[in-house]
Amino acid sequence: MSVPRLELRHVTKRYGDVVANDDVALTVAPGEIHAVLGENGAGKSTLMKVVYGAVAPDAGEILWDGQPAEVRTPHDARALGIAMVFQHFSLFDSLTVAENVWLGLSRKVALRDVTERIRAKAAEYGLDVDPLRPVHVLSVGERQRVEIVRALLADPRLLILDEPTAVLTPQAVDKLFETLRQVAASGCSILYISHKLDEILELCHACTVLRGGRVVATCDPAQETTASLSRMMIGAEPPRLERRAAKLGPVALSVERLALPCHDRFGVPLEDVSLEVHAGEIVGIAGVSGNGQQELLAALSGEDPRADAGAIRLFGEPIGRTGAAGRRRRGLHFVPEERLGRGAVPSLSLATNMLLTRQEALRAFGWIDRAALRDQASGVLRRYWVKAAGPGAVARSLSGGNLQKYIVGRELDAVPKVLVVAQPTWGVDVGAAAQIHAELLRLRDAGAAVLVVSEELEELFALADRLHVIAKGRLSPPLPAADATVERIGEWMSGLWAGGPGRPEAVAGGPA
Amino acid sequence: MNELALLIAATLAAGTPLAIAGLGLLLNERAGVVNLGAEGMLLVSAVAGFAAAHDGGSEWLGFLAGAAGGAAVAAVFGWLVVWLNTNQYATGLAVSLFGSGFSAFVGIGYVGKQLGEQPPHRVPFLADLPFVGPALFRHHPVVYLAIALVAAAAYFLYRTRAGLLLRAIGESPQSAHALGYGVRRIRFAAVVTGGALCGIAGAYLSVVYTPLWVEGMVAGRGWIALALTVFATWRPARILLGAYLFGGVTMLQLHLQARGVHVPSQFMAMLPYVSTIAVLALISRNPLWIRLNMPASLGKPFFPGA
Repeated sequence: MSVPRLELRHVTKRYGDVVANDDVALTVAPGEIHAVLGENGAGKSTLMKVVYGAVAPDAGEILWDGQPAEVRTPHDARALGIAMVFQHFSLFDSLTVAENVWLGLSRKVALRDVTERIRAKAAEYGLDVDPLRPVHVLSVGERQRVEIVRALLADPRLLILDEPTAVLTPQAVDKLFETLRQVAASGCSILYISHKLDEILELCHACTVLRGGRVVATCDPAQETTASLSRMMIGAEPPRLERRAAKLGPVALSVERLALPCHDRFGVPLEDVSLEVHAGEIVGIAGVSGNGQQELLAALSGEDPRADAGAIRLFGEPIGRTGAAGRRRRGLHFVPEERLGRGAVPSLSLATNMLLTRQEALRAFGWIDRAALRDQASGVLRRYWVKAAGPGAVARSLSGGNLQKYIVGRELDAVPKVLVVAQPTWGVDVGAAAQIHAELLRLRDAGAAVLVVSEELEELFALADRLHVIAKGRLSPPLPAADATVERIGEWMSGLWAGGPGRPEAVAGGPA
Repeated sequence: MNELALLIAATLAAGTPLAIAGLGLLLNERAGVVNLGAEGMLLVSAVAGFAAAHDGGSEWLGFLAGAAGGAAVAAVFGWLVVWLNTNQYATGLAVSLFGSGFSAFVGIGYVGKQLGEQPPHRVPFLADLPFVGPALFRHHPVVYLAIALVAAAAYFLYRTRAGLLLRAIGESPQSAHALGYGVRRIRFAAVVTGGALCGIAGAYLSVVYTPLWVEGMVAGRGWIALALTVFATWRPARILLGAYLFGGVTMLQLHLQARGVHVPSQFMAMLPYVSTIAVLALISRNPLWIRLNMPASLGKPFFPGA
């Protein structure tokens, strides 16, 4: 047995009374793709921060190539050859992609060379990245691609990836796996954090399972099944989704020939977008991020009220020019893709964040009934199994998945007539995702109209009664879920439906 | 014609200290630190510069002392704000008040003193050209230095990696820290550099522009320089433009008063300040412009590892 590239021994990290990592051991061999599996709050992110030097452990040691290593700062980690793709992206909004990457490289290179190297690296790995675009116009998915390219450009010896496939088309995931295998074959070890069990089975050579901050199992994925992995991770198998036949009601939300020019020159203009969502059904919109999802969601939620009044109708009533609050009063609720900043105010408590979309705790003259507000927030925490210190916890202190459960819970709790959801389970683990899916289906069965915009096909197949695909600001015709296949949707993601925008350059990672 | 040339010349002279001070403040704001102590730094450096020039007998000694004084006050401010995480606004105001009191106290002995006569400045050959000669080429070297500094700062911010890093830190210190950069060290360096530039501006006021020391002689120019950074949406070339605009309006109103225009002088004296407010209001009409240029972490403390 060769010397392990990375070995962690007895790593412990406490935050106050909470033990994030408890006596954790982890061994990664050279060229190994090692999965770290665990629920939200199981301590995966903290452990990765310890490896990357962003967090100092209270106890334990790190061995690099068999030698004890001091990883006190990210700088130390990078000097050893550790690169990381962050879950909460660490990009500078006002700078271009190339400038961002430039700052991440330790060697002295000219900016022009960086631009070229990004193009080359992106092409090599089938990642669609334009080095000259400023980061603030990029969607979450595009930002992640930038992070991946940046990490690869440093020629790392250990690459840490945190939920890297969440925002890729199936074809692009295959391509990414190919390249990750290629990277691993060249000797670089990979720490792969994911909650997608089938991906771990397909890709990884070894797997460490965390639960409640402790290592509960170390296994060879080749010997496991999704069911057995799931049992190790949450102690139970995920509940099966119960799907009943849809009972279609009248049209609740309709969009007719919606066209919107972009806000700034890097946005995606919407062209001729038409769709209908009936009461009692879930309609899904698939597509690679950055193809107009942000713009469509802004138009539907009321954040962007520039549409023709009649282009968007809620129960027949024109609402194209109505603001978000007005739409909410009429029964349309919205879960944005961006949790911190759009879905919640990071520095405010969960209870206070309730007030963003819910006014039940408001009394005459705008007084807040604090007790009622806390009760309301506690109710959502309990019903949707959110792990948080309580309604007084600051939104920023929750893990991504838990905050997502809270935000989805807040909107579901309002019993909306129409719910528009973006990326309902992005970065959420299996157990929590199954909960959110079950709740969305329950809402549909109760007669609400639900529109789900997601980049995860599996999720859309599990939920939607009908599917659209968005590509280059245009929307495909609807496809009954029964007729939808991964191959067909994958092709449509590149705009290849009859009358679609064809194969835009902007969407790489489609079928080659 | 000749009058216009003199007006232009006066404008450049009046705009120069604003441009240099504004540029210094722009650099530390780009790193995410807003220094409301500008007025105090200008006053301390003005008295330091005057004292050094008077006692040492050399203008350049004055500028050196001014830069050192500004940098010293900025270093105290930076130590408090960057390392001890005190509130930037409160600390800045305190520095401002400290500076005016301290400079008045230290400067008592220099009130009414005069500096030795300086020979007039002339750019060879060009100074003799009609009109443009008196307008543009008979200035103190520091007037030209201001322009060179602005060009250098623009090059630094947009063409060098160090400048990019400075902007990145102002944008998101957390991300820069995650990439392994010493955020506090760089912020502190930016604050001290900004202080040194303010110091040069202060020395210019007391050594060249006025040239004498009077208590409170900076007369709000520190605040105007702070407003200039917003006016310029944190871009160096616009600092220069704003400084000359402000200097021009100041000179124009003096000029009009001298010509006996029938408007109460109080209203005329308001003109530069009113124009500052008007321009700030106009700039705020374009939110995207502000969003793209304003350092996102401006005024916020940074705790590494938090």
